[in-house]
Amino acid sequence: MSERYPGYDVLSKRDGPSWNEPTRSAIDARLNVPREPRFFTPQEWRTLQALCDAIFPQDGDVDPVPLAAYVDQKMAENHTDGYRHGALPRQGEAWRRGLSALEAEAGAAHGTGFHDLAAEKREDLIRRMQAGKLEDSGWGGMPPATFFEHRVIPDITHAFYAHPKGWSEIGYGGPASPRGYVRLRIDRRDPWEPAEAKPGDKAAARRKNQRVR
Amino acid sequence: MRQFEEADAVDFVVVGTGAGGAPLIAGLAEAGFSVVGLDAGPFFRPLEDFASDETAQRQVFWTDERIVDGANPIVMGDNNSGKAVGGSTVHFAMVSLRFRPEWFKARTLLGYGADWPIDWQEIWEYYGRAERLLAISGPVTYPWGPPRPAYPYREHQLNGAAEVLARGCEAMGLAWTPTPIATLSAPRGDAHPCVYRGFCRVGCSTNAKQSQLVTSIPRAIRAGAEIRDLAMVGRIEVDEAGRATGVHYLRQGRWRFQRARNVIVAGYAIETPRLLLNSANAQFPEGLANSSGLVGKYLMTQSNQAVFGKMDQEVRSYKAPPSLTVTEHWNYCDEKDFFGGYCWMAQGPLPIEWVNVLTGSKGLWGRALREEMKDYNHQVGLKMVGEMLPDPRNQVTLTDELDQYGLPVPRITYSWGDNDKAMIAHALDQMQMGLEAAGARDVFRQENDTCHLYGTARMGFDPETSVVDADCRSWDIPNLWICDGSIFPTCGGVNPSLTIVALSLRTVDRIKALASRGDL
Repeated sequence: MSERYPGYDVLSKRDGPSWNEPTRSAIDARLNVPREPRFFTPQEWRTLQALCDAIFPQDGDVDPVPLAAYVDQKMAENHTDGYRHGALPRQGEAWRRGLSALEAEAGAAHGTGFHDLAAEKREDLIRRMQAGKLEDSGWGGMPPATFFEHRVIPDITHAFYAHPKGWSEIGYGGPASPRGYVRLRIDRRDPWEPAEAKPGDKAAARRKNQRVR
Repeated sequence: MRQFEEADAVDFVVVGTGAGGAPLIAGLAEAGFSVVGLDAGPFFRPLEDFASDETAQRQVFWTDERIVDGANPIVMGDNNSGKAVGGSTVHFAMVSLRFRPEWFKARTLLGYGADWPIDWQEIWEYYGRAERLLAISGPVTYPWGPPRPAYPYREHQLNGAAEVLARGCEAMGLAWTPTPIATLSAPRGDAHPCVYRGFCRVGCSTNAKQSQLVTSIPRAIRAGAEIRDLAMVGRIEVDEAGRATGVHYLRQGRWRFQRARNVIVAGYAIETPRLLLNSANAQFPEGLANSSGLVGKYLMTQSNQAVFGKMDQEVRSYKAPPSLTVTEHWNYCDEKDFFGGYCWMAQGPLPIEWVNVLTGSKGLWGRALREEMKDYNHQVGLKMVGEMLPDPRNQVTLTDELDQYGLPVPRITYSWGDNDKAMIAHALDQMQMGLEAAGARDVFRQENDTCHLYGTARMGFDPETSVVDADCRSWDIPNLWICDGSIFPTCGGVNPSLTIVALSLRTVDRIKALASRGDL
C-alpha cells in the first residue's frame, strides 16, 4: 500500500489476538459507511466532496477513503464533539452555512461553483478561509477561520486517520487488545508491528510486513 | 446489587461516580449508610464493551453540547469530561501525583491564589490511602517533596517516549522519575498487569487501569450501595426549611425523584455548578449554595502546551501508557518570575490526536499534512501540566439553549492571565531545551492546549468567600455536599485525580465523625 511501510496492512491482524470483538464490530461498521449522503443535499454534497479533495488529496490512490461520507455520517447521526465555539452554530448548521458560503465566494471571485474550480483556485480560497479573509454575507456572522479550524479540518482529517488505510500508511500498530506490546524501547519492534522501509532495503520491510498477523 | 425505592429517603444520594463520587459511595456504604449513586453515563463492562479504537471509544466522553468562549476557549469533550460510571477516571491518563505541600497554603506561603482550609499533613495520610486504593505503580524513592512511602506496586518499564524525556532531563541537570501511575505492574485480584496497548486515554479494555469503575464501584456494590446509570440529574429539590430533600433525574425517558436525607454533588467543575445553578428556586433565586455568588466562578483549567520533534530512530510512542516519565522540577523550584508550578511528561498521541497537533499547531492540510503524518513513528513530545491562577472572570454560566434533556446548555468562559502566559512561555522554552538535548530535530510548539477542570464551587474558610467548608459541606444548605474538582481553591501543577480521591476519602471520614456526634 504505502511506500514507507511496504506491504503493511493493519487489517491482516483483524482475526488475530490484537483485535477483540468490539473492535472488529466497530471497524467493520466503519468500512461499511453509507456512500450516499443522508444529511447533505446534492448541492452541498458536491461542494463537500470538492473540499475533501483539497483538504486531504487522494488523487492517484487506488482505493480512496470516502471522507465526505464520514462527515455526512457524523452530521446525520449527530456525533458531537462535546463543545462548540461560541461563534459557531450547531455542527450541522455550521456545515450547511459554510458550504453554501464557499459556493458564493467561488461565484463572486471566479463566476463558477466551488466544485468546478481548478485545484489551485480552490486551494487559494481555502487559504483565505483559513486566514479569515472571506467576507461573503453567506457566512452569516460565522467567522470563516473558526469554521475552518473547528469543523473543516477536524471533521475531514479525523475521518482519514480513523480508517485502517490511514493507520497502515503511517505505520501505526492499530488495535491492540488484548495482545498489547512487549518491546517498548526506542528502535524496538514487536513482530506484529509494521516495519519501516530503510534506504535500499524495502524488500526486508516488505517481508516483515507480510508476516504481520 | 441492592435496590432502593425512590419514595424511601436514602441516607445519601451521590450525583456522579468518578474520582470524587465513587470513593464516597463505597466508603459511606461500608460505614452502614444507605447510598444511591447516580451517573448520567452507562455502566460499561470494559472486557465486553471497549474497542481498541479512538473513534468508537468516544462513547466514554461527555460529548453533550457546551458552548465555549472567552479569549482562550477551552476544548472540552476528550481530555476533561467523562460520561460513564467511573467518570473521567475511565479515560484518564492515570498520572497520580501528590500536591506540593505549600500549595495548600498558596496565599500565605507563596503569595498567590488562595489558602485551602485543610492542612497538608492531614492530606498526606489520605494520599497514602488513595495510592493503596489505586495500587499505584511508582518508584521506590520519589525525588521531590517530603518523604512518602514506596508506591504499592513497582514502577513500569519505560517506553521510547519516556526514555527521551529522561535523556533531556539528564542533559539539563534536572531530576526525573518514572511516573506514579494507576495501572497494574503486577496482578491484583482478577486483573492482570498492563499489556501496554496504549489506548489508556480512551478507556482500558483489559481492566489493568485502576479506574473508579474497577476499584471503588465494585466495593460500593458489595457494601450495599446502588449504582443507577444513564440517570441525568437535572435539579436538586429543597424544602421550605432550606434542606435538600432529593434529586430529580431523567432515566428511561421519564423524570423521576429520588428522596434522600443528604445530597452529595460530584459532577466535576462544569456539571456541578450547572446543577446548582439550575436548581434555583424562590428561596434560592441565584442557585443553591450560592449566597457568596461564587458558584460557577473561579473556573480553572491547566496549561497543557507541548513541544514535539522527530528522532532519527523509531520511537513508536503509541505503545504503553502515554506518560511514563515526569519531571516536577519547576513545581518545587521557586527561582522563576511567575507564580505557581508545572511539571512535564512524556507523550503518546494516537493518530487522531496526532493529526490534531499537526493541523492545530502547524496549520498543515493537503499533501503537506499527509506527508508529515508519515513520520508518526519518529515523533516524540513533552507536555506540561501547569497551574493556572484562579480568576473569577473564568466561569460557568447557563444559556437559554436547551440540550437533549431539556436542560440549559452551559457556557464556559475562559481567558488566560498574564501569569498563565508567563508560565507557558517558560515551560515551552524549558521543554524545547530538553527535547533538543535528547536529540530531537524539527522541534515545534503546540501552544494552545489545556486539560483538567477545577474551582467552580471553591472550598474555604467562610461563607462570604467560598461555597463549601473544609468538610465539603455547603455553607448554605447543611445537607448538601460537594466533592470533586470544583472545590479546589487552587489547582497546583499536577494532574487532579489523586487529590480528588484523597479528598473524597477524607470526606468519608469527616461525614462519619459528624454523624457520630449527631451533626449531619
